Amino acid sequence: MGTQTSGSAGQGSRRMEEDVFGTAFDYRVVLRMIPYIRPYGALMGVAIVAMLLFTATVVAVPWLIKEGIDSYIHDDDFGGLTLLIAIFIGNAILNWGASFTQELAIARVGQGVLYRLRGELFSHLQRQSVSFYDKNEVGRLMSRVLGDVYQLQEFLGVAVVTVGDLLSLVGITAVVIILSLKLGLISMVTLPILIIFMAVWQPLARGAFIRVRRAASIVNGALNENIAGVRVVQSVNRQDQNLEQFDELNSENLKSNLQATRLSAGVLPVVEILPAISITLVIFFGARLVGADALEVGALIAFVMYIQRFFDPIRSLTMQYTQLQRAMASGVRIFELLDNQPALVDAEDAIELPRLSGDIELKNVSYSYVPGQDVLTDVNLHIQPGQTVAIVGPTGAGKTTLVSLIARFYDVDRDRGAILVDGHDIRDTKRKSLAMQMSMVLQEPFLFTGTVRDNIKYGHPAATDEQMIEASKSVGAHDFISRLEDGYETFLQERGVNLSVGQRQLLSFARAIVADPRILVLDEATANIDSYTEMLIQRALSRLLQGRTAIVIAHRLSTIRGADQIVVLNRGRIEEVGNHDHLMDADGLYAQLYAMNFAALKDAMPGGNGTK
Amino acid sequence: MNILARILAIVFRHKWRLAAALTSMVGATSAYLTLPYLFGSAVDEIDSIFDGGGVSDEAMIRIGLAILAASSIRGFLTFFQTFMGESLAQHVVYDLRNHYYHHIQNLSFGFHDKNHTGNLMSRAITDVEAIRMFCVGGVIRAPYFLVLFLATAIILLLRDWRLGLVSLGFMPLLAIVSAVIRLQLRRIWLRVQEEMAELNTVLQENMTGVRVVRAFAAEDQEKAKYDAASSAVSADMVKIARLQAMNASFMGFIYLVAIGLVLWYGGQRVIDGSLSPGELAQFLFYMQLLALPIRHAGMLVNNFARAFSAGQRLFEIMDYRSDVLEAPGAGDMPTVRGHVRFEDVSFRYDNGPLVVKDVEIDAKPGTLVALLGAPGSGKSSLVHLLPRFYDLAAGRITIDGVDIKEPTLKSLRQNIGIVQQDVFLFTASLSENIAYGRPSATMDEIVAAAKVAQLHEFIEDLEEGYDTKIGERGSTLSGGQRQRMAIARAVLLDPPLLILDDATASVDANTEERIRKAMESVMSGRTTFVIAHRLSTLFKADEILVMDEGRIVERGTHASLLAHGGVYRRIYDLQLRPQEEVMMEFDVPDPVHRHGENT
Repeated sequence: MGTQTSGSAGQGSRRMEEDVFGTAFDYRVVLRMIPYIRPYGALMGVAIVAMLLFTATVVAVPWLIKEGIDSYIHDDDFGGLTLLIAIFIGNAILNWGASFTQELAIARVGQGVLYRLRGELFSHLQRQSVSFYDKNEVGRLMSRVLGDVYQLQEFLGVAVVTVGDLLSLVGITAVVIILSLKLGLISMVTLPILIIFMAVWQPLARGAFIRVRRAASIVNGALNENIAGVRVVQSVNRQDQNLEQFDELNSENLKSNLQATRLSAGVLPVVEILPAISITLVIFFGARLVGADALEVGALIAFVMYIQRFFDPIRSLTMQYTQLQRAMASGVRIFELLDNQPALVDAEDAIELPRLSGDIELKNVSYSYVPGQDVLTDVNLHIQPGQTVAIVGPTGAGKTTLVSLIARFYDVDRDRGAILVDGHDIRDTKRKSLAMQMSMVLQEPFLFTGTVRDNIKYGHPAATDEQMIEASKSVGAHDFISRLEDGYETFLQERGVNLSVGQRQLLSFARAIVADPRILVLDEATANIDSYTEMLIQRALSRLLQGRTAIVIAHRLSTIRGADQIVVLNRGRIEEVGNHDHLMDADGLYAQLYAMNFAALKDAMPGGNGTK
Repeated sequence: MNILARILAIVFRHKWRLAAALTSMVGATSAYLTLPYLFGSAVDEIDSIFDGGGVSDEAMIRIGLAILAASSIRGFLTFFQTFMGESLAQHVVYDLRNHYYHHIQNLSFGFHDKNHTGNLMSRAITDVEAIRMFCVGGVIRAPYFLVLFLATAIILLLRDWRLGLVSLGFMPLLAIVSAVIRLQLRRIWLRVQEEMAELNTVLQENMTGVRVVRAFAAEDQEKAKYDAASSAVSADMVKIARLQAMNASFMGFIYLVAIGLVLWYGGQRVIDGSLSPGELAQFLFYMQLLALPIRHAGMLVNNFARAFSAGQRLFEIMDYRSDVLEAPGAGDMPTVRGHVRFEDVSFRYDNGPLVVKDVEIDAKPGTLVALLGAPGSGKSSLVHLLPRFYDLAAGRITIDGVDIKEPTLKSLRQNIGIVQQDVFLFTASLSENIAYGRPSATMDEIVAAAKVAQLHEFIEDLEEGYDTKIGERGSTLSGGQRQRMAIARAVLLDPPLLILDDATASVDANTEERIRKAMESVMSGRTTFVIAHRLSTLFKADEILVMDEGRIVERGTHASLLAHGGVYRRIYDLQLRPQEEVMMEFDVPDPVHRHGENT
């Protein structure tokens, strides 16, 4: 999945995942898998034994047939034949058990590995700093985790068959040579031709399959974006045109698939005719050997059977080729992702923060996302427990970055200043112990699939229903929640699309409050909501901020004016600090801002004067 | 009803490919079936050594050439069969994808309210793939196995019915076991698909909502949710594997037993002279032909089971009839003047309570109607009725006297421009996004629209200007900028009717000014319905409708409503007047430093 260009056809990059297209066997991927398999060592051992046993029982069948014909039927020994058949049935029972054990054991190991891998990927993604998500599109990450793990899953089935095939290849070769060295070598005469053919075929096939995967990812990307944006599509009547464009991509996908099929099917005549040549040779020369009493008829029959079997694995190997290649590419991508070191990990000796008073201090903090381009420069700020601090400044001044650092979405480099909470450097604390005492309300409310209750108690599942209702009431959300079909039990669809943006924001306010945080951060929390909801929140705000340290990125004067400290940020530096009156007196940037915006606002309000 | 039949119906649309694949399959199989016979002849020929005769080179060469010829024919026909089979499968999924795509993009908002993007995507990817595999496996390979089995059975029975019975007696048993296992597999596959969807949702939300997860230190909680879904998937996958293993290993066992019996009974017959060694060899070789089909039959069973559950999930969507349908023989609505009437309109979502009740509106061409009310009072629902995103429960809506149910949806919507609250931007350049509704627009027109929407300066300041790509959901733009993108989009369409959902109430003065200008210029000359949160809009409205619980409780102009002293006055005092205070912020786009802001 991923988002894709749906604009004019042919424009824009439609690639949706990194184009790592591996070979059919990549030893690095296989080596990396070993630690995942190790916990299942015993089970794996069982699987390997079962697999060897299985192969042996399969290879034994023509041999037993040969014995039956040459030793008993030929000598008219019916009793001996019956005994042999008993052995034959015993072999079949072994085959049954080995086959079942092998498949089940491999599936167990495989699913265990996949489970661990999925979990590890998830935890790994969780440990990534927020900046990782600034850089990577979620759609693309999703496609990696889902698609690639899925590929590995499919691969498991194929891998078992493939390993079994390889084993029987070895087994058959050995038995054939033992049966008759001469005839064995004759039957292998066609092998070099096959090897040469495969050497030519393989690079061609690889290119074709790469094209297939690319085309498929483009098709899926286009579909994904069209579904996500369906409301716009219908509003502007783009359906027909979109279908035309989609059809183009879809046809491209069809074409590349047919091309790849032509190649993969092209192997078939070869793997059909080569064994026929071998068999013909074997029969011809075998007949002479039999005539010369150097070989028995049953052995010849077994030979023909072995040669037929010999090419079966090769045939299926070519059929599984694509799958193997895909799986290896997926493996490469998964390990690449896992190798991406998370920027933010708790130190070994990180301390657990006690209940905070809410004292925050920034000492000479500088920060940059891209080296050399400081977003914050030498920021010094001390916030007393219980204070409300408003941060104002132009877009791009570094306001969101500042609060993101305090929330430890990113870590400040050790040599670029420090942030202390109640005197503890936050880099030396357990992130969780800080986060549990800090709540944030972001500009865009984000809700999770689940009930209203799940969403309000998010992060604090231990909160009681009373606390939840109390929190909802305090932000003015209780009324509308009660009016919902199932009240607090109402199930919210995908990110709460069945609620208005304002209602979603009210829920995220309730969520921030239910935790009874010591520090509250509001990042333009009222910027995207309607005036009614904003009014509700404004009313609640003064009460909510009481007794907590609050950092508010705001642009509403009433909020700013009530703040104990106003921090004016400009181009990553603190330009002024003080309360409203103080800053107005200072006649600096703040006063300028105030005058400018006030004037602009007056102009924008025709008749506004009359009702004042 | 019968999912298999429906999948096959799609397959039969490509009858030539199907016929070609099946014909070459029959040809290939026929050639294949001569091989055991030839091998057997060779064995008899060789065995005649013991009866005193020598091996005739001539006969051996004849047999050898026949083997080569049969194998070559089989090789090339198999190529043709495989290619045609895959081609058939690819064409089927091509059709399926196009249909699915088109069907989904035309389904009503009601459908999309209920169905996750992720869910719809997983159907389009995994389930369509399952159908493809079924086309190859179920449609081509299964008949191939069947033909091979039947032909082998007939040949064996004709050659020696008793030995034939011994070698094929196991078949019915296999069929029964497979059928039982297939049913079980199908059930588990359905469950796995649901569990996967759950897993994906948790994952996706964790990534999109990463800031919230972090801010609330909910990592462990999320991990637990994820692990639960993940282990459910694993457990069921192991169950599937066990069933498959049971099936496959049992088949292998029965097959070997059958060979043993043939060897035993056949050997006895050779001993008593009623069967030649060559004939016994033939039987054994024929049995050998069945090895591969039997090994793959387990996979095939799984393949069927998967196709069933995949088909079920796909058809569930494909069968969903949009609840907003065009009247049969609907004609096109011409460009309207813009006289909109709501007559006694009521509306409910599904079977829920009425969210719009008995609404009467008469908007003359070119007028501005503002809607005001608490969230959930029905404003958005009301305006979504005009473009028929949903259909009415009662009453009717007319434009220039024509009931909106009469014309085609397309021609109706061409008359209406919409600026939604949740602005969706596509991963494409700014210019492509503006021209989304009219891709044929010239660059000049795009720039003109951007100017009207007060975006031109901002865009010009960007390094790549109109070619700047915007990311997922336009997250690199601020709320105000996104809204103006949507306005530019609507301007370019130049519709006589306009619906504006003006979501953002409090922005700084500069942005406010820009939005106001943008809105005013786009509204002029059009009949406009606006969900208003800013005073500047309300001042200009020809009629303000105050809504509460789905009803219009007050209507009039700003002045008259203020004088009236009712709900509007109260809202005004509480919510609107505070807007007159200062909002402190510059709106200075700074592309270098914007990274990490606005996100």
